Amino acid sequence: MAESRDILMPPAIGRSPDPYADEHRDFHLEEMVLNMGPQHPSTHGVLRLVLHLDGELIVSVDPQLGYLHRGFEKLAENRTYLQFFSMLARLDYLAGFFMEWAYVRAIEDLMQIEPPPRAEYLRVICGELNRIISHHMAIGDYLLNLGAVTPVLWAFRDREDVLDLLEMLTGQRMMYNFARVGGVRYDLPDGFAEQCRRFLKGFPAKIDEYEQLISGNEIFLARSLGMGVITPGQAADFGLSGPNLRATGVAMDLRRHAPYSVYPKLDFDIPVGKNGDSFDRYKCRIEELRQSVRIIEQALDAMPGGPVNMKVPPMLRPPAGEAFCAVETGRGEWSNYLVSDGSLRPHRLKLRDSCFVAISTLPKILPGFKIADVVGITGSLDLIMGAVDR
Amino acid sequence: MNWNLSFFEHLIAAVVIGLAAPALSAIVFPFAVRRLSGFMSDRLGPNRVGPAGFLQPMADFIKLLLKEDITPSRSDRLLFMLAPAIAFVTPVIAISVIPFSPGYTIASLNVGLVFVVAAGSFAVLGILLAGWASHNKYSLLGGLRSVAQMISYEIPLIFNIIIVAMLVGSLSLNDVVGAQGKVWYIAVQPLAFLFFIIAGMAELNRTPFDLPEAESELVGGYMTEYGGMRFGFFYGLVEWGNATIWSLTGATLFLGGWRGPFGGSPGWLILKMLVLVFVVIWFFATFPRLQIDQLMGFAWKVLIPLSLVNLGVTGGLIILLPDNFLPPVAAFSWVSVIVLVLLFPPVQRKLLLRKRLGKAAA
Repeated sequence: MAESRDILMPPAIGRSPDPYADEHRDFHLEEMVLNMGPQHPSTHGVLRLVLHLDGELIVSVDPQLGYLHRGFEKLAENRTYLQFFSMLARLDYLAGFFMEWAYVRAIEDLMQIEPPPRAEYLRVICGELNRIISHHMAIGDYLLNLGAVTPVLWAFRDREDVLDLLEMLTGQRMMYNFARVGGVRYDLPDGFAEQCRRFLKGFPAKIDEYEQLISGNEIFLARSLGMGVITPGQAADFGLSGPNLRATGVAMDLRRHAPYSVYPKLDFDIPVGKNGDSFDRYKCRIEELRQSVRIIEQALDAMPGGPVNMKVPPMLRPPAGEAFCAVETGRGEWSNYLVSDGSLRPHRLKLRDSCFVAISTLPKILPGFKIADVVGITGSLDLIMGAVDR
Repeated sequence: MNWNLSFFEHLIAAVVIGLAAPALSAIVFPFAVRRLSGFMSDRLGPNRVGPAGFLQPMADFIKLLLKEDITPSRSDRLLFMLAPAIAFVTPVIAISVIPFSPGYTIASLNVGLVFVVAAGSFAVLGILLAGWASHNKYSLLGGLRSVAQMISYEIPLIFNIIIVAMLVGSLSLNDVVGAQGKVWYIAVQPLAFLFFIIAGMAELNRTPFDLPEAESELVGGYMTEYGGMRFGFFYGLVEWGNATIWSLTGATLFLGGWRGPFGGSPGWLILKMLVLVFVVIWFFATFPRLQIDQLMGFAWKVLIPLSLVNLGVTGGLIILLPDNFLPPVAAFSWVSVIVLVLLFPPVQRKLLLRKRLGKAAA
């Protein structure tokens, strides 16, 4: 036991000079440093938070990143444009299509081509299905962090329906590799529209079910109302985006404010919160589930016929230049900055992710809360480390 | 029926019941939790081992027994090994004062209620020792949480037990069951029953008060470092043994113990116990977890004052109307339960918003 004293036990009197010796003659108090993660049930992968604790109270938080760093940006420079496609969904592995979408749009911008309209609708459908599964995991994991076991299993149950749809559409449940320069890989398979409509018809009732279980629960309210408040000013300073930003009351959504694809033709609302707390972030995601249902229904109705991709050279050589493209993912703004030198490979690809920004708010918003709120508030921010570390 | 047993027979019965009840509960209830919470979260739960998966806990038990027994190198070895055994004391000894049938109690103490409460306090000792001896920060936090929590919630728990003792006029559990011939005390004192359930969940470290082992925050809380059968002790025998004791006590105090149609029998007691255990499982599948300051605040600001008021009013009514105090007590209790259930959610939401976000938000 002797060598372990410095960690848990008060140091022996007289061993080291104690600055508070007069005040705490018999009872030495010190901060406890707790390494939460990278191996921890609630850090969503490999986030490591070094917590300085005064009892259960958080004094300071120091996020440590890089445990999932795979060098995506460098790898992109060593692969042809098409080869890099299969890696994109491994960034935000819970909603991989958004990454492919942003990358494809950057290349299309460089090559100055427009995909056929049917392909744009297919991208919107696939993207909104991805938003649904992304929010499923966000809500389920958040509640699991708060200690509720049932919501996450209900979320998994309904996520499974969406994954089936995505499997029909793309052949894969998670790593889609569906977007192509100048369109998408496959047209709608037989029976997809009917199965999708059946799902969309039943899904709003299931969202109501989540709300019945969660939204009015007194314990959930006690854990989320007024917890981890981010003001609109702070959000702007940090550069937050997505539901985390909209929860502060700023109705900023790239689908509306930097419109791309066929979103201008579709009718949907942007749910916003009022207080910017964990509860509003949760509520925004619930409302966005409903909006996604609306969008997919409209897209299925309005989808024109025609080809789903266009002829592009097998060896892509975008002209020299640079392109910036951003899409609104389930977690916020995902953006690409692509520099081409006219060769087979990208000269430089910079990826920017919203969860990295969300993590950077933690040292600001967490101090003063309890340990339990570390997992509560990080859960409500909906982090995914695959996208953060790249 | 009145069983006249010799001392030796009595001793054997006591040992068998005392050890078999926690062991049985450790086998039956984890299975029930998995299947029931599986049903509630719309999935199957374990259904492969044995009929409908009933032997799954046995398979887990064998697995735990065969696992390597690991003691962390810097732990306090003696306390680390002693802690599960100390925690196991509660369910084994507390069962001895529960009346199982009209004629049979293992130890018919005239202070049975005091004994149950005293035995229940043992549980916290084992958990604290486990948390301290593991030499792990998560364990330490879990152990400290459990001390704060269990000592705080013991107070309202005891207040509500005292209310029943006042209604009966005796501390013997046999008398408690005897006095519920006409009406069960859940009908007389629903408020006390409600608080008994809430405080009981905290005493048992069950959802929504499972902070000492909050797996999403503290990894495993006080049992983080335990593996193999020592973990099995905490997870199965201690937790579910305590749940059994708490349910038996609750069934005895508020649900008429062994009383039921067709004469009293242990079957009725066990049925009522299962109902209360079902409540535990139901809570587990439904609620998120409170956090430590809210948990303590709820005990000291809500549960203890309200229990004290209930205690005072009940006592006053008993003194004022010594001959016929049950109807006014029941009237008071039912009215307060309804008022509480109706008022609590909006008031709580308003207070939360005002406290955390300022007056404008409320």
